Amino acid sequence: MTNISKLFDSKRLEITIDRLCQQIIENHKNVENFILVGLQPRGVYFLERIKYKLEKNLIKEVNTGYLDTTFYRDDFRSNDVPTARETRITDSVDGKDVVIVDDVLFTGRTVRSAMEGIMNFGRPKKIELLVLIDRYYSREIPIEPTYCGIKLNTITSERVEVNLTEQGFEEDSIIIKNKSNE
Amino acid sequence: MNNLNSKDILGTRDLSIEEINLIFDTAKKFKEVLSRPIKKVPSLRHLTVANIFFENSTRTKLSFELAQKRLSADVINFSSSVSSVKKGESLLDTINNILVMKVDMIVMRHPNPGAPHFVANNIDIPVINAGDGTNEHPTQALLDSFSIIEKLGSIKNKKIAIIGDISHSRVAISNIHLLKKLGAQIMLCGPKTLMPKYIKDMGVSVRNNVREALEWCDVANILRIQLERQNEKYFPSIREYSLYYGINKELLDSIKKDVIIMHPGPINRGVEISSDVADSNKSIILDQVENGVAVRMAIMYLLSFHRSS
Repeated sequence: MTNISKLFDSKRLEITIDRLCQQIIENHKNVENFILVGLQPRGVYFLERIKYKLEKNLIKEVNTGYLDTTFYRDDFRSNDVPTARETRITDSVDGKDVVIVDDVLFTGRTVRSAMEGIMNFGRPKKIELLVLIDRYYSREIPIEPTYCGIKLNTITSERVEVNLTEQGFEEDSIIIKNKSNE
Repeated sequence: MNNLNSKDILGTRDLSIEEINLIFDTAKKFKEVLSRPIKKVPSLRHLTVANIFFENSTRTKLSFELAQKRLSADVINFSSSVSSVKKGESLLDTINNILVMKVDMIVMRHPNPGAPHFVANNIDIPVINAGDGTNEHPTQALLDSFSIIEKLGSIKNKKIAIIGDISHSRVAISNIHLLKKLGAQIMLCGPKTLMPKYIKDMGVSVRNNVREALEWCDVANILRIQLERQNEKYFPSIREYSLYYGINKELLDSIKKDVIIMHPGPINRGVEISSDVADSNKSIILDQVENGVAVRMAIMYLLSFHRSS
């Protein structure tokens, strides 16, 4: 049996995104000097939400990019070949503030791979991490978010999903699936 | 589908259309990696790859070695001309000796058709055929098709002419198998003496007039005369071959359509192709070389997930 509990609806999500954007603006005086990098596959949907809101608030274009961390993963001994998705970072990251954007921070391994990937595009002045959900007792690597939507205390067998309308869902929602009874 | 069916890449005749598309999709991602300031990913840092070449090679060997280094694999190189093969060691003994040194993947070129198949059947690790005699050269065909798709968007129903020494060409055989699977129309063109007798059975048309072939095709893949494999005279002289089958600017200009020019290299300038054609904007010869690294990265990356049973 799978228990599903709904955590967020679209209204709450918008308030949270608004707050995260204000925090970014507070920390970065110069918009030209930062670049938001969404992690494939789901981080890029969340990135677009952040970008939209930031541009609306700043009335300026915000630099963004996508990064796929497949080739940097550390679980190379698994038998499944992970599907590589598009990476698109057109601007140099040299001397810039890079904000990595992902929907859920879990073990921290993806973010570690992402940092390695970003360093291959140059030497950023600073790397920050923005996540919507921080599953904070599940970390396997010492990585903490700079900007965080909500902290969740979950166990490993639970699954946290951020479902946005852009991904084909009827409405925005964040749900926790508990598979422990299966 | 996200994995290759076999542990080896021995020929394009064994590949399914899904496998081909998987290789191309993955190669596209690696091509992007190659455009980064740091063109290296750590995907194969846990592997050691042996490049075992029993036959000369410049491009293929460099391309494989560069692909391995871009994937962070450890690389060892072996050339038969400077090895114990000259002292009478058998193929399997040579391979087994390399294997006990904990090699994880083998890239192999051999003058005898089927040699990589023999090795692949006798060992558990992935073997990639980098050319076996006149049989197959699968990575070359894959990079050729990848380059055509990059230029034309698709291969389906495109007219591809393969011109030159078909008899001695593994590139031609691998290309025919692959292009057929991708839905191309294929014409072979060359002197009758350099055309295999039953080649039409592969579902290709054959012409002996190079102008007719060029007027028909969208893409011309021009092959070198493989003098090193020819034990007898197939045509009176190189000069005469060049006169009848050499592709020069004058000939191309007289054709009322754009033809994309390809060549797997090495080029014999002034024999099968003139310099002004090889260096023209119709030629994608250097794109082929560039794409070769990305395609080989994709193949080795995908094979690296294969576990011996």
